[in-house]
This record gives sequence, C-alpha cells and structure tokens, in this order.
Amino acid sequence: MTWTSPLELVRDALRGQRARDKDLRNLVSNLPYEGLEKGKQPNRYFPGNAIKTTKYSLLLFIPMNLFEQFHRLANIYFVGLAILNFIPVVNAFQPEVALIPICVIMSLTALKDAWEDFRRYQSDRKLNNMPCFIYSRREKQYMGRHWKDVQVGDFVKVFCNEIIPADLLLLHTSDTSSVCLVEMSNLDGETNLKQRRAMSGLCNTDPEFEPESFNSIVVCEKPNNNLNHFKCFVEKPDKEKVGAGIESLLLRGCTVRNTDHAVGFVVFAGHETKSMLNNNGPRYKRSKLERKLNIDVIFCVILLFAMCLVGAVGHYSWLQALPGVPPYLVPDSSGHLDSPSLSGFYMFFTMIILLQVLIPISLYLSIELVKIGQIFFITNDVDMYDPDTNSRVQCKSLNITEDLGQIEYVFSDKTGTLTENKMVYCRCSVMGTEYPHKENAIRLAVLEGEETEEDVIFNQKPQPAKTTWSLDGSLEGNNFVDTRQRHRGRRRRKLSRSASTDVAFSSELETEVVPDRMLLQQLSRAQSSSGSGMIDPYLDFFLALTICNTVVVSMATAQRQRVSAQFTAAVYGKRRWRALSGEKRWMYIFTSCYRKRNRNGTIAEDSPAASASDNLSYEAESPDEAALVHAAKAYGFILLARTPDSVTVRLPSGKELVFELLATLTFDSTRKRMSVLVRHPITKECVLYTKGADYAIMELLGTPYAEHLSGNQKNIAADTQHHLDCYAKEGLRTLCFTKKVVSEKLYESWSVNRQRALAAIENREELVMDSAVELETNLFLLGATGIEDRLQESVPDTIVALREAGIQVWVLTGDKTETAVNIGYACRLLEEEDLVINMNCKNKLSCTSLLDCTLEEVRRYSADPRNVDTTPDISLVIDGRTLTMALESDLRDRFLALAKCCRSVLCCRVTPLQKSRVVKVVREKLKVMTLAVGDGANDVNMIQAADVGVGISGQEGMQAVMASDFSISHFKHLRKLLLVHGHWCYTRLANMIIYFFYKNVAYVNLLFWYQFFCGFSGTAMIDYWLMIFFNLFFTSLPPIMFGIMDKDVSAEMLLGVPELYRTGQGAGEYKFSTFWVSMLDAFYQSLVCFFIPYLAYKDSDIDVFTFGTPLNTISLFTILLHLSIEIKAWTWVHWVVMLGSVAMYFIVTLAYSGICITCNPPSNPYWILQSQMADPMFYLLCIITTVVALLPRYMFHVLRNSIAPSPLLQARQLDRMDPCAREQWIKEWRSFRGSRGVKCSKFSTPSSPNLETPVGIHPQSPTVSDTGDEFTLNVLTDNCERTLHT
Amino acid sequence: MMATSYNAKDEDGHITVSGPGGGTLRSRKPENTAFKQQRLPAWQPILTAGTVLPAFFIIGLIFIPIGIGLYVTSNNIREFEVDYTGVDMSSPCFNCSQNYSWNSSRPCTCTIPFYLEQPYEGNVYMYYGLSNFYQNHRRYVKSRDDSQLHGDMDSLLTPSKECEPYAFHDKKPIAPCGAIANSMFNDTLELFYNDPNGTKVLVPLANTGIAWFTDKYVKFKNPGGDGANLTAVFQGTSKPVNWLKPVYELDKNSSNNGFINEDFIVWMRTAALPTFRKLYRTIKDAKVIPTLPSGNYTLEVVYNYPVRSFEGRKRMILSTISWMGGKNPFLGIAYVTVGSVCFFLGVVLLVIHHKCGNRNNSADISN
Repeated sequence: MTWTSPLELVRDALRGQRARDKDLRNLVSNLPYEGLEKGKQPNRYFPGNAIKTTKYSLLLFIPMNLFEQFHRLANIYFVGLAILNFIPVVNAFQPEVALIPICVIMSLTALKDAWEDFRRYQSDRKLNNMPCFIYSRREKQYMGRHWKDVQVGDFVKVFCNEIIPADLLLLHTSDTSSVCLVEMSNLDGETNLKQRRAMSGLCNTDPEFEPESFNSIVVCEKPNNNLNHFKCFVEKPDKEKVGAGIESLLLRGCTVRNTDHAVGFVVFAGHETKSMLNNNGPRYKRSKLERKLNIDVIFCVILLFAMCLVGAVGHYSWLQALPGVPPYLVPDSSGHLDSPSLSGFYMFFTMIILLQVLIPISLYLSIELVKIGQIFFITNDVDMYDPDTNSRVQCKSLNITEDLGQIEYVFSDKTGTLTENKMVYCRCSVMGTEYPHKENAIRLAVLEGEETEEDVIFNQKPQPAKTTWSLDGSLEGNNFVDTRQRHRGRRRRKLSRSASTDVAFSSELETEVVPDRMLLQQLSRAQSSSGSGMIDPYLDFFLALTICNTVVVSMATAQRQRVSAQFTAAVYGKRRWRALSGEKRWMYIFTSCYRKRNRNGTIAEDSPAASASDNLSYEAESPDEAALVHAAKAYGFILLARTPDSVTVRLPSGKELVFELLATLTFDSTRKRMSVLVRHPITKECVLYTKGADYAIMELLGTPYAEHLSGNQKNIAADTQHHLDCYAKEGLRTLCFTKKVVSEKLYESWSVNRQRALAAIENREELVMDSAVELETNLFLLGATGIEDRLQESVPDTIVALREAGIQVWVLTGDKTETAVNIGYACRLLEEEDLVINMNCKNKLSCTSLLDCTLEEVRRYSADPRNVDTTPDISLVIDGRTLTMALESDLRDRFLALAKCCRSVLCCRVTPLQKSRVVKVVREKLKVMTLAVGDGANDVNMIQAADVGVGISGQEGMQAVMASDFSISHFKHLRKLLLVHGHWCYTRLANMIIYFFYKNVAYVNLLFWYQFFCGFSGTAMIDYWLMIFFNLFFTSLPPIMFGIMDKDVSAEMLLGVPELYRTGQGAGEYKFSTFWVSMLDAFYQSLVCFFIPYLAYKDSDIDVFTFGTPLNTISLFTILLHLSIEIKAWTWVHWVVMLGSVAMYFIVTLAYSGICITCNPPSNPYWILQSQMADPMFYLLCIITTVVALLPRYMFHVLRNSIAPSPLLQARQLDRMDPCAREQWIKEWRSFRGSRGVKCSKFSTPSSPNLETPVGIHPQSPTVSDTGDEFTLNVLTDNCERTLHT
Repeated sequence: MMATSYNAKDEDGHITVSGPGGGTLRSRKPENTAFKQQRLPAWQPILTAGTVLPAFFIIGLIFIPIGIGLYVTSNNIREFEVDYTGVDMSSPCFNCSQNYSWNSSRPCTCTIPFYLEQPYEGNVYMYYGLSNFYQNHRRYVKSRDDSQLHGDMDSLLTPSKECEPYAFHDKKPIAPCGAIANSMFNDTLELFYNDPNGTKVLVPLANTGIAWFTDKYVKFKNPGGDGANLTAVFQGTSKPVNWLKPVYELDKNSSNNGFINEDFIVWMRTAALPTFRKLYRTIKDAKVIPTLPSGNYTLEVVYNYPVRSFEGRKRMILSTISWMGGKNPFLGIAYVTVGSVCFFLGVVLLVIHHKCGNRNNSADISN
C-alpha cells in the first residue's frame, strides 16, 4: 500500500468524475493490467458490477431515515406540535407524553423502511454473488467468479440459459454465424427471442476467441436507460472504426438462449447498466379524491384556527372578568402572573396542541394502509387472472385505486387492445387480381363460431342445418342447446389446455392457412412458365411474403421448453380441428364443397412426410409478420432459416434457395415500411423487397421497369388500391408488397453510405433512416394482403357495459378510417341506429365550417322535441389530420362541445403524440377523469397523459404495461376493474375519509366544549394516554377495515347493472356537501356527547377524570356505532374488529387505570373506570347519549332510504334476493334495455319488459355538403359488409 | 420504469423455468377463497322505515319506564342547600366575608339557622359547595406531586417542578406541595339540631368514609408508613403558605392525619366543573330515626375560606343519596323525552312505511 497525498486523491476523484460525465467513453481491455494496483487500472473510474440498491447503511440508518421522514409535511407538523409542547407557557400536556404519537408513527415508518431496505440488501447480495466466468490472463482461462467481481473492460463468458451479469459488447459466440439469441422478457417483457450479433471483423476469426488478442479501444456513449438504442464503435489498432449498435449489446438481466456460449466485453457494469438505469421505483400519482381531500384538510386547518382563536379570546375575557387573583390561578415559578392578553396569546398555541387531532394526520397513514388492502384484493381477483399468460392484474401505481371508480372517458387503442393482435391471414391481391380465400374464411368462421358461441352460424340457416343434422345420425343429442353446451365444454377444455402451456404462442388459428384454389393454380402456372428464372410477379409476391420480415426461425428441437410446448399445442390443435370437422360435418355439407379437399389438405399436412417443416417455429416481432410467413408457407414457400447474412427458403417445388441478405431496413413508424435487400441466388440481382402500409408505399411506386409484363402498372396500382379499400371496409389490416431490382452500381454506392451511417454516433438514427429512404424509391407493386385482427373476447360486451356505466369510449387508432369504422361496428362502439358523423377535411377553413355546421346540426337535433325518445346516439369518426386542426386552440372548444354530444368517438390514423394530445385536451378542458388503455409502445404517451393508465400485457411487449398504472391481460377485464373494483375502491375510500374527518372532529370537539367550563385554560378531561390510545388503537382499525372490506353492492349486481357506476362519476359520493354534513353531524354529536353527561353531572362532586371517562366511553360507542350505520355488509371480520375495538378499549383502560397509581403525573386515572363501571349512572348515560347522538343520522338514512332510495340502495335490495331471482331480474331488465338503448342517465327502470318501443325509424340524414371535402353525416346502417363473426 | 420486474425473485423464476428439468412455472392464479374474492358471507342490513320500525318502538317502550323510574328516584332524594357566602348585608356571614385573609389568626365564626321541612332518613351526606371555583384550570390541576402524596420520601423533600411556585417556602420543601393543596378548603362546619324543647343538639358528623377507598388506602400514603411519627417525618418541610397548621395536625386521629386526611384527599380530587360540591361529612349510623328530623337547625361556620377574589359562593348541602347518586332529575327527564321522541318517530316511520313501503318491494322495482 503506497501512500498517496490527499491532493492526489482529490485530483483522481475529479478526473474520474470527468471521465464518467464525458459523452464518449474510451474503454480498453483490463487484461494487460491484470494484477496491478487499483490506481493503474485504465477503467478504474467506472463503477464495478456490484450493485447496491439499499438506501441506508447500518450505522447511518437512524439519521438518514429521520432526514427522509422529515421531508413529509405531516411529520413536521407533529414535531412542531411536540416542540410547542416543550415550551412551558403553552404546553397542554406533559411534554414527554406529547412526543408519543410522533415517535410511534415515525418508528413504525422506520421499521417498515428498515425491513424494505433489508429485503433490498438481501436481493442485492444474492445478485452480487451470482456466479459468472471472467477471463483471467494469469490462468489463461475463464475463472468462476461472482457478479460483483465483474469490471468494465473484463471479458465475460456466458453460457446457455445463464443470465448476463453486465452490459456486454458481444465479441464471440459459439454459433457459427456469430449470432446469439437472448430472451429479454426480464427487461421489456417481450417473450420472443432477440437476435444479437457478435461484432464482426474483430477477433472472431479463430474458432476459439482469444481475449488477450483484443487490443482495440471501445468507444461508447454515456450510459442511458434506452433499451433499444446503443451507440458505440470499436477502434482497431490500425485506426479502423467498426460501428456497433444495440444489435451487438447483451444487456444485463437477459438470458442467453439457443447459443452454447457467448463472450462479451463489459461496457457498462453495475448501476450503469441499462437494466439498472431502468429500474425505478413505483410511480406516485395523486388521485382526484386525494386532491379534494387536501382541500378539506385546509378547511380543517381553518376550523382549528377558528377554534383556537375562540379559546384564546375566551381565555382573555375570562381572565379579564376576574375581580381579583383567585387561588386557582397559578402564577409562574417566580410568582408572577401573565397579563390576560399575553395569557390569551399563549393559550392560542396551547389550544393548537390540545386540538391538534382535528387535522387528520393519521388519515394519510390510514389511506395508505387502505390502499394496500384494496390493491391486495384487486390483484387477488381470480376473474381477472389470465391462465394463458399466468398473469394477474398488476397495480403499479399504489395510490390511485379510487380513481378507477370515477372514470368518465376511456381512451382505447385498437390493435391489441380491442383486438387480439393475433393476426390471421385472410386474403390477398396479387398484380391487381383479388383472391378472396373463401375456404379460409369459412374455416375462420367455424373456429370463431366454436370459440365465442356466436349465433351466426345457427341463425343464418337454421332450417337446413336441422334437417341435415337429423339425417346425419352420428350425432348424439337433438337440439341446438345441446351442441352449444358441448361447444362450451370443449371450450373449457381448450382453456385448460392453454393454461398448461406457459406461454401462448401463435395459435393454430394463425398458423394454419387454407390456400386459395385460384391462387394455387395461378402460382403453379407461373412456376411452370417462368422456369428457373423466378421472375414471375406471383413468385416474387410470395418470396416477398417469406423474406421481407425479421422472423426468426427456431427449430422445435431447440432447448426452450416453450417451443416444444407450443409444438404439442399445435399438434393437439390439429387433432381438434379434425375432430371438429367430423362433428360439424352437417354444416359443411351445405356450406362448401371445398371442404373435403380442404380437410384432406389438412390431414396431408399432418402426415409425417410434411412434419419436417412443421418443426419450424417462427418467432416474429410483430404478429403480422408471422401471419404472412405462415400464409406463404401454406402456398409452399417455407422460410427455413434466417441468419444475419442469409435467408433460406424452400419453394413449392422443393428447391431450397439461399438468398444472401445484403441489408435489412427495419421498420419505423415514420417510414411505415420495412425492406430487405437480398441477392437473388439465381439471377444474382440485388433485389429490394419492401412491405408497408398502403399510403406509405403507393406514393413511392415508380414507373414500371418490368416492361415485359402485360398490363399497366398504373392499373395494377388502381386495382390494388380498390382491393385495399375493400379490405379496409371489412376491417382487415392491409399491407402492400413491392419489389425493386437495384443495380449493382447503385448498391455499391449506397452500401458505402449505409456503412457510414451505421458507424455514426451523432444522429445515427436519422442517417440510417435517410439511407433507407434513399433506396426505397421507384418500387414495383406486387400485391397486397389483408390480415384480420380478431376482436378479443367479450370486447363488445365490455364496451356496451362501459357505455351503460356512463363512460364515453373513444378509440384512437393508427388504422385507416374504413378499417376503424368496421371494427367500431364489430365491437359495438358504433351501433346500427347511430348517427355517425364523419369528419375528414383537408384544410383549416373547411374544418372550421364543418365543425360549426355539425355542431349546429347536432344541437338542433337534440333540441328537437320530437327526437327526445328516438334520437339515435351520435358517434363521431375523425381522422388524424382533421383532429390536428380541431385540436388547435381556436377550434378546440367547438370540437370538444361536439365530442361531448357524441356517445363515442373514433379517431383514425392518429400518431402516438396525437393520442396523448387528445387525452390531455379532454382531460384538461372538460375537467373529467380519463382512462387510457393500450398495449403497445405507441400508447405509452397516451397512457401517461391520462389520469389512469391501463396497460394490456399482450403481444406487443411491455412498454405500455411499464408505463401504466394498472396492467391487465385482456380488455374485458377493464369491465370488472372499473365497474366493480373501481366502484368499491371509490365508495370505500370516500366513505372512509368522510368518516375519518367526522371521527376526529367529533372527538376533539369534546375537548373544545370543555374549555367553556374550565376558563379556556386548555385542560383535557381525558387522560392524555387514553386520548392517544383512543386514536391509535381503539378507533383506528375499524375505519381501515371499513375502507378495505366494505361492500355496498355485490360484484354481480355491479356487473349486471353498469349504471350503478355513475354514482362515482363527477363529484361522486365525496362531495363538498357530504363533507360539511358530516362535519355538522360531528358537531352535533360532540355537543350531545358532552352536554348530556354535563347536565347529568352538573353540581355534583365529580372530578375531572371521572367526568372524562364516561365522555370517552360514550364517544367510543358513538364513533363505532356511527361506523356501524355506514357499514353496508357485515362479515365476521367486521364483527371481530368492531367488538375487538370495544373490548380493547375496556381492557386497556381498565388495566391502565388499575395499574397506574403515580405513573403519569399529574393526571391520575387510578381506579376511575372501575369506580365508574360500578355505578349504574354510567351505563344509563352511555345508552341515552349514544342514542341521542346517532338518532339524526340514523333517521336521515332511514328517511332517505324509504322516501327516495338511491340506485345503489335498490341494487342492495336486489342483492338480498336469492341469486336465481336476481339473475332473472337483471336478465329481464337487460333484455328490455338492450332493445331500447340506454340514454337515460338515471337508474330509471322500464315499466315492463314487454313494452318495447320499436326504434326502426332512422332520422332523416342531415347532410351538409362542403366543397372539396369528404363529409358525410348519415346513418350507416349497412352491415352486410361486416365480417361474418361479428 | 421499464425493468421494475428485474430483481432476484424474477430471475429465480426464470431459472427454474429454463432449467434442464424444465420445471413448470409457479401458477400465479389467485386463490379462490371467499375472503380473497370478497365473497365472505355477510349480513347486509338495509335501513328503511320497515326494517327499523320495531327498533324505534322498542327504544320508546324501554326508555320511557326507565325515565319515569329515574325521575321518581331522583324526586325521592331529599336535598337541602344553604348559601353561607355572606355577600348580602343581611347574611350572618357578611362580616366574616369582608375580613379577607387566609391566615387570620382570629377565626371568624357565623351561625346560619335553617329549617328542614321533611325528615331525612338513612344516610345523610353533608357537602360543601363552591361555585365559580375553577379547580379544573389546567395549571391548577397540574400543580401537585402525586409521588409526594404517595409517601415517597424523596419527593417529600424535593417536590416536583409541577408544584412551582408552591414547592418551596423559605428554602424548605412544602408538604403537600402545589396550588391544589395550598388552596384547600378550610372552613369548619358544624350542624346543630334545635330541639323543639329548645336545646341545641350537636349532630354527630363523621369525617371518615368520605373519600374514595382507593384514594385513602392506595393513592395517598404518609411518608414513612402507617405507624410512623408524623411530626418527625415531616420534619424539615414547610406547611403550605395558606394553611394555618401543618399537614400532620389536620386531625388527631392518626389514621386520618397527614396525607391520608380524608378532607385533604377529597379536596385533592379536583372538580370537573367550576360549580361543584365536595363531600364534607356523613351522618350515618345515627342513633335516632329519622337521621335528621324535620325542624330547625343551626349551621355554625368557622369562616376561613375567601371566595370574593373570584366571586365565588359557598354552600352547605345536606342530601340523602340513592343508587343513582345525588338529586338530579335531568336523566329521568331525558329518558322520558328521548323515549317519547323515538315512539313518535316510530309512528312517523309507520306512516312512511305504509305510503312508500310498497315502492321498496323489489318485485316492483322493474315497474
């Protein structure tokens, strides 16, 4: 150990600071410096891999925790009061005793913090001691070490299925193509494998990587928390720079899969790793209720000051009125008496101490506890558990549970949220010819019919079905109900099956595509005609489908367990499909003659001969890609393998082609397309295949270069566009496919640019994108595909329920208007009889006039008395461009006024930023509670902008879930989350808070009234210990239990009658008036509780504490019985807590007054309760006072419930009926209402279910024509184009 | 925020999944128990006119008899009160009340005659009453040392700070210290029965059995134990400033002397309200029946206690006692009133129930 001067140390520390703060870091290998002391290490400035997430250290725990705790206002208030109590002239209690509440609260908090910190310490230690392999120069091999030993600059070897200890720059893998697959679900939750590529051109020439030969400098950016971006280049000794990005970075926390081992260079370690930088604590939002509560706390403060002022003035005038110096006026120690005004001034502070409980500090602690309990129940709801993904509801924000009960606007994403985001290939258009894939559609319909038990199949042709059925004697049972029940049984089986596989991959629905016969013929014709040239557009189209993606192929033999599970699932599914086709034969007989052929095809595919390709499993980043690859597979174009440099495809002829992959221009939301540049193995041409959204492709179409093709490209484009429009109308997602042959010269010049862009550190993204745009021009349109994104289970029901609950549902989607409208109908966002306003304008001026006209129209319409009953609900469809104009400040109000009139709003083609803007504008301008629900990265903005963000843990990764406050696995869970848990949490918490205010005021006022009889001297007639216990033990648990467990209406009723949700919206139950009514009640009750005993004990020999004891007891009974009136459902927990509180009061008080003779001078409660309890007067007083105190509230409840029962009360009454009758009632009521549509905001119940008013009359379509703009204001009633399954 | 799930626990989970054995993932399915699913069987009372009707009638029917009983009991209690403050010129104690002094060596005596209309039977309690005396003033209440009164020798010599400024006098500790003790009521009251034949008979007043049992035998103790010589024990202490004699001379009876003197104990139990009475003497085990026959009485007061400084009044109260304590008709009236109100409300609710009750029938809600 050599001595270094302190100055040197400081200088070194500063240098380290500078090195860490630099934008670029130069890292070199540690190996040459191995064994040297710390000061000589080149990377010594960068932190090691040991992590420490603990907040405190053992020695400094107490001061640090205290410092932490004093950041809370409440604690400062407490301590301020305690300090005030230490000032002799103002103290109300024994100074030491006044410290108790703050000490109890702070030590409880400290205990909790310490425990949490200890947990963190344990997990840190566990992580730090995980094993890993670091290369050692001395030993010439990888040595087993711990994670904490890893340093920046080390070489770490990771084996298959091991977790990566630090952020590594991948240098070498066991894979021949230097690829390493990692699973990042730990970080972003996406379950597919990510491909990482070893840095090329460094040292991977040897079969075994030699770390010692590494003598380059790694230059990388400063650590940041972006999981998808990393910029770095490696400078070789010969100054050549090789760029690397995220694709070469192995992140800490990921798991290596399918690769035997990988070696990486540690770039970031410990807290600088991306995963650690992303590791933030839970988010804190402030709920609406809490904001209101804070206002009421301010009222409490005002009240406290008023009361203290009364005390001060009272004391002053009392002193002033005294004729002399009475013997009970105690001078201070020097025998001097303060002047009345000074005494009055001091009294003000004494009063603050005395009445401090008026400000419900403990309320905040109680609310926190209540919310923990509420979250416990929400997460434990078995109805919101998804067996497929094995996930429960997650509450990420701990303190906004009650906001769920007040939602007025729901903003929903479409893809993945309303729809399953499980893409099913439906139809395609190639070279301007449409191939409808009828057989495929039938297959889907059958599966659909089985899955959701929609009556479509039965309803369409029930008669023939029945007859065929009776002819087909193989079926047992002879009515539809029977079959349906069997379907249901099968469905259950299906669920149990999927529960057994741990991760749901593509279902058989997505993987199996039945090819179109026409297209097959066309394809075989093309194949034979083109020979080996492979330049037929049909073949190109399918090649594009197969190649133009980033799908990773993994074999079923891979080590990942899930893959094999998925494989068995697929096999099972096929068997089921066959069984199904047997059972459902009656239907196919009349529906399609293709059926048989089709079935044969399926079976053939099942045969062992074809199973080699069946072993393939595709893992795609987006489900669209997987659907397309599966579709191509159905036509014989099978993607066999994908490496960074090549793609292998098997053609229908059985020939395998290996395409050299020159470049992959990945998808981004700006370009809305992706491309691959490959070298065709036969023609040796560079071919660019591009796929993308139609509007992103259509404008890039160039003049046709393939002159040999008959027909005009223009026509193809027009025809394809027409088909695309049709697809969109059906609600299909469309993609266009193009091809471009790139000349060798162009490619060479472009690839130089590309390399430069890739190696750039500054503006890398833009440069890369620009280079992509540069190449994607003059495309040749091959065709388009339509992919169906199926609606999630129970989405229409959920939307209807939300709407009945008074929630406006907005759907914000990036899809085309037609697609969106169609989905809107499918999910019952738009109804047949709705008045749909379609807004789509090109410039601001027309937008303004359009808004004005529409608004006028809508107003006139709703004002028309003839339309009071028959008004169809208004829905608004608006596209992104119009939305931008409508949200500008001058039009915003008009737009919102219009939107307010609309029952549902559908925004199409909106960008993520627009989504969040819409949410923000609605939230801020309309002052409503908003909820945003989404599943993808594009919804993150919206989720963060809304009051409540809900993420759906679906197919598109976890970004949305990470940003959300609550995460659910299906859209349908929103229904129970809002209608049941939201309602419960809100009513529980609102009632608990009101009760808490009441409780404190009622209790503290007893002390206040006593001041009128003790000369405003600040005397408390209750022993201070008992006062503390009263708040801490005797009356704290019941309200917390009330806030966690009270249940006003059962979950079944809340789900059955969504209107009940409206009680929480707007101001809800926690109104200003509610607060003041309960305050008044508290005043009344405290008056009663004080003055009845006062009058009873007037002019008797009662002493201070003997007078206080019955007051305390009465107060306890009143407060607890008051709660009993409020409790709606008594379970055993309620009984235990309530009776336990009373028992505890008596036991503790009796013990305290039995033991304590001189323990708490000067107050001396010895034997007081005992003597009181021996006195019958005590009981008589307790009974009458409690009755008188609670009579008004009791009467109020009774009268309100009898004369004007609230909807909730009616629901509670229904709740008491037996489940059967209740079910019947709800059903009847719903069926009636369903026929009429719900607009009434009241819980008005229809007179009779049979009295339905037919609503066939559609209103006259008011049309407003506007030049140059598409504008329709009409009733869209045609549903013939809607997809079969809706 | 993105990687919140990145912790040891989750990594554990993943390791087990991917391990060679391929163990199954632990199901996170919530338990389907009544508690966790919030389906505990519950009693759901609904407060409507129909359901609470009986409660109101029952309350009414129970309260009214109790109230009548209380009222009658209270009325049966005999109570007589005489104010001897002497504010009026005509009052016999006027002269005494003018000579204000705590420590006047010459005791001032006044006699107040009164007439009892009814004979008092059973145990009769004699109280002194003070009004406008704020024994519950915060600083007054605190001005005592309980451990001193508990017989603690250390506290005897070094009284608690709370006793300031009545802790030391002439550098000697005051026993008992504090403002409460210092302001102890020190009038002496004697009751004479004027026999119809003209003789004045002293009514025997017992000065023991007036304090709480626990106070006398647990809370208050003389320093040095029961048999100690009080004069010696209190050596070196000073009497409270306003007192005429030291604490060990309060009574000749050694079991009622010093800190366990019952007059002192009663005084130390500070009254809750500014107008209060304190038990002074009892008349029990009287030889004659009734205890106090109706007739003329004379109250002889040794007038020491000054109340003019706070406009206080002094009273002597004679009262018999019942199971519910002293005379106070309030509780009886209150019970009767509340009972009647409940009964009335019950009737109102009955009407409401008949008028609106049908609507609450769930079968009709759908209509």
